[in-house]
Amino acid sequence: MIGIRSYGAYIPRMRLQLAAIAGGGRKAGSGGGERAVAYYDEDSVTMAVAAATNCLEGIDRSQIDGLLFASTSYEYKEKQAAALIAKALDLDRNTITADFADSIRAGTTALRSALDAVTAGSANNVLVVASDCRLAPPRSAQERSFGDGAAAFLVSAEDVRASIDAAHFVTDEIIDVWRTERDPWVKSWEDRFVVEHGYLRTAREACLGLFKKTDKKAADFRRAVLYGPDARSHTALARALGFDVKTEVQPPLFGQLGNAGAAFAPLLLIAALEQARPGDSILLGNYGDGAEAFALSVHDGISSLFGNRGVRWHLERRAELDDYAKYLNFRHLQTTSADPRGGTGVSATVHYRERDQDISFHGHKCRRCAQEQFPFQRVCFSCFARDDFDAVRLSDRHGKLLAFTFDHFAPSPDLPLIVTTTEIDGGARAYLQMTDANVSEVKLDLPVEFTFRKIHEYGGTPNYFWKCTPLR
Amino acid sequence: MNPEAIRDKVAIVGMGCCKFGENWDKSPADMIVEAAYEAYADAGIEDPQRQIEAVFCGAIYPSKGTAEVADALKLYGRPVSMVTNYCATGTDAFRFGVFSVACGMYDTVLVVGFDKPKDRGVSGPNVQTAGVRGLPQTPAGWFSLCAARYFETYGAGREDLARIAVKNHHNGTLAPKSMLKKEITVEEVLAAPIISWPFGLYDCCAQSDGAAVAVITRTDLAKSFRDDYVLVKAVAIALGPNPQADPSFDFLRWKPTIYAAEQAYAQAGIANPAKELDIVQVHDCFTLTELLTYEDLGLCEKGSAKEHIKSGTFALDGELPVNTDGGLKTFGHPTGATGVRMLYENYKQLQGKADKRQVKNPTLALSHNLGGAPQTCGIAIIGMP
Repeated sequence: MIGIRSYGAYIPRMRLQLAAIAGGGRKAGSGGGERAVAYYDEDSVTMAVAAATNCLEGIDRSQIDGLLFASTSYEYKEKQAAALIAKALDLDRNTITADFADSIRAGTTALRSALDAVTAGSANNVLVVASDCRLAPPRSAQERSFGDGAAAFLVSAEDVRASIDAAHFVTDEIIDVWRTERDPWVKSWEDRFVVEHGYLRTAREACLGLFKKTDKKAADFRRAVLYGPDARSHTALARALGFDVKTEVQPPLFGQLGNAGAAFAPLLLIAALEQARPGDSILLGNYGDGAEAFALSVHDGISSLFGNRGVRWHLERRAELDDYAKYLNFRHLQTTSADPRGGTGVSATVHYRERDQDISFHGHKCRRCAQEQFPFQRVCFSCFARDDFDAVRLSDRHGKLLAFTFDHFAPSPDLPLIVTTTEIDGGARAYLQMTDANVSEVKLDLPVEFTFRKIHEYGGTPNYFWKCTPLR
Repeated sequence: MNPEAIRDKVAIVGMGCCKFGENWDKSPADMIVEAAYEAYADAGIEDPQRQIEAVFCGAIYPSKGTAEVADALKLYGRPVSMVTNYCATGTDAFRFGVFSVACGMYDTVLVVGFDKPKDRGVSGPNVQTAGVRGLPQTPAGWFSLCAARYFETYGAGREDLARIAVKNHHNGTLAPKSMLKKEITVEEVLAAPIISWPFGLYDCCAQSDGAAVAVITRTDLAKSFRDDYVLVKAVAIALGPNPQADPSFDFLRWKPTIYAAEQAYAQAGIANPAKELDIVQVHDCFTLTELLTYEDLGLCEKGSAKEHIKSGTFALDGELPVNTDGGLKTFGHPTGATGVRMLYENYKQLQGKADKRQVKNPTLALSHNLGGAPQTCGIAIIGMP
């Protein structure tokens, strides 16, 4: 049996209040609700690293031999995200990596490819990470319905908690939702056409095809997990397939998370698995330039994953963002006096030399005196031994604040910037920014964990390093 | 190290200092000439092209600093060298000058500290983005990192820092060459906008332009220049580990100051600095730097600074006046000039020429710089023969 061995979600802590979006001459408060928005230091890569880290909780990372990344919103057009994510996760250099891009259906397509790889025996433990941070035109309907997030699954033949028993695919050429290389944000055709001839027609076709292939009907599924572009269309599809929306359909989280693109259906699947019991059957339907439908069975041991950080945990961990201008700055949607993407950026050769430290967050442990230190040293800080170190991964440890300041003059769109010296369990110290924290909770010896973030974007490309965040 | 290698072997016989400030209408050359010709006049040097045998410069902003100095002063045919050592740059230039005279290579040399940061179009130091791990960072962010731990350990707070700013602003009103001449109150300091907690606006020194110059010579030649020359007792530089990575850093003291003080006190033969020193200029780039430096230099016990601040130990009329001219707080901090500017104040004080801010009969004076993350400290001790 081959299927999902583990899962992990990531939803950014910031929740943009939908009432705050209105502005622009319109009266604020056209309904409550919120959507998840990536913080200024987050993007589809950092969210993918976080979701994957949550998925790998308690799992030896040396077992991972494949990583598939699915997204429509990765920063580079040429340069693989999966390789960067594998480096941040400190995976083996022989890991098979690939990006699945350009369609919001990419998350489940990658999941299917992982299954195929494990089934074929070309890999044993394949990590699938879907992540999206899609930009919508400011003050558009999409801006209200989109959400940012990431979902990760470990596909394996071992310890399978949910198997994928059948799948049905439909490919479809339609101009409904698109973004070219030169478009700053997602565009779409008139919504009734997009919903009726795109989403409803094609997603229904995929699900009914699966029903036919497996000789099943809606009543045979305990839960339907369906992608939807908005709450109304989502309900329409569920009804068309014969599901009772109140009791049988996984709530699509509009007004809480929002449509997380390539990560949306995967996130909803995690939400369903978090409440599943062994023996449950789940229908997973996804859409984008075609549609895909999967029949899943939940197995013994599913509850062993309930401690992983999934959708529920992230929905509870939230901070309200009611300053729309701040959101626009997070996404570079308005000009500021200092160009956060100006300048020459980082040196590729320095990045190359430091990537074990900066991306994998390795420190040194002295073989003579056992003192751990960061960054890498040639001569030990404590016993002065030369070149006698082992590299140790620091990213999945905890730490505590030794010192901090609130810098009101740092180039950050959300001042003050919290800057710390953090002691990492084991004794190494690092000068780190703190993120996803309120000034009021910062105190000496505060326990922290580490999170992979964009440090800056000088030169127009994202530059990543680790930050600390209060241990949640 | 031979602690007695330089003690009393080198004398300062002339000093000059331009007015520090936002010198929009002055070039580096203007400031260098102003300070150097004041120093020449002070030393009675009438033919610098003949009498000055070497020049040691300190500045961190220019890339062509030696040529700037040689061209400004027309000191051609002479060795002109430039040193940078973070905020200890001026003190380090002085150190090389002293060594060059003490070893007998030259009789009389010029030490020039200068910097012109106000031509860059920004009001503070550059926000630096260095390397791929390089965080956007500001000096206020670095120097504030000791605050939370020190406050918690010793019960100090922002009011104690504010009193340091108030003291230095007062002293600065009495110094003709200071940039800021404005009395402030503790309330104003506490109400000012926060730059990097716990530092508000008045806890931070400003950027300014400036130049300061010393003429130094062999002690046996000093009398030929003047009777009230001042002797070099010690000049030390020490580096410490980056406090952001040092696994044994305790956030209660700056190690470079402790290392440099140990060297300097050995050179000067000082056993009890609090008793033996008469005046001290410390690197008050931020108020907390001055507070920690009181303790790190051994001017008071570790943790006791706030009591001494309250009781006025370090005020102009206190037992051990610190930053008698108002310090970096009122002069600003043209990095290369600062250490030499501090020597200028100590020199004038020792000669009894400090006018309204004159301390009574000082005979031994220390100046201190601390720079980097911080990682480097420079200390100079001068005194009467």
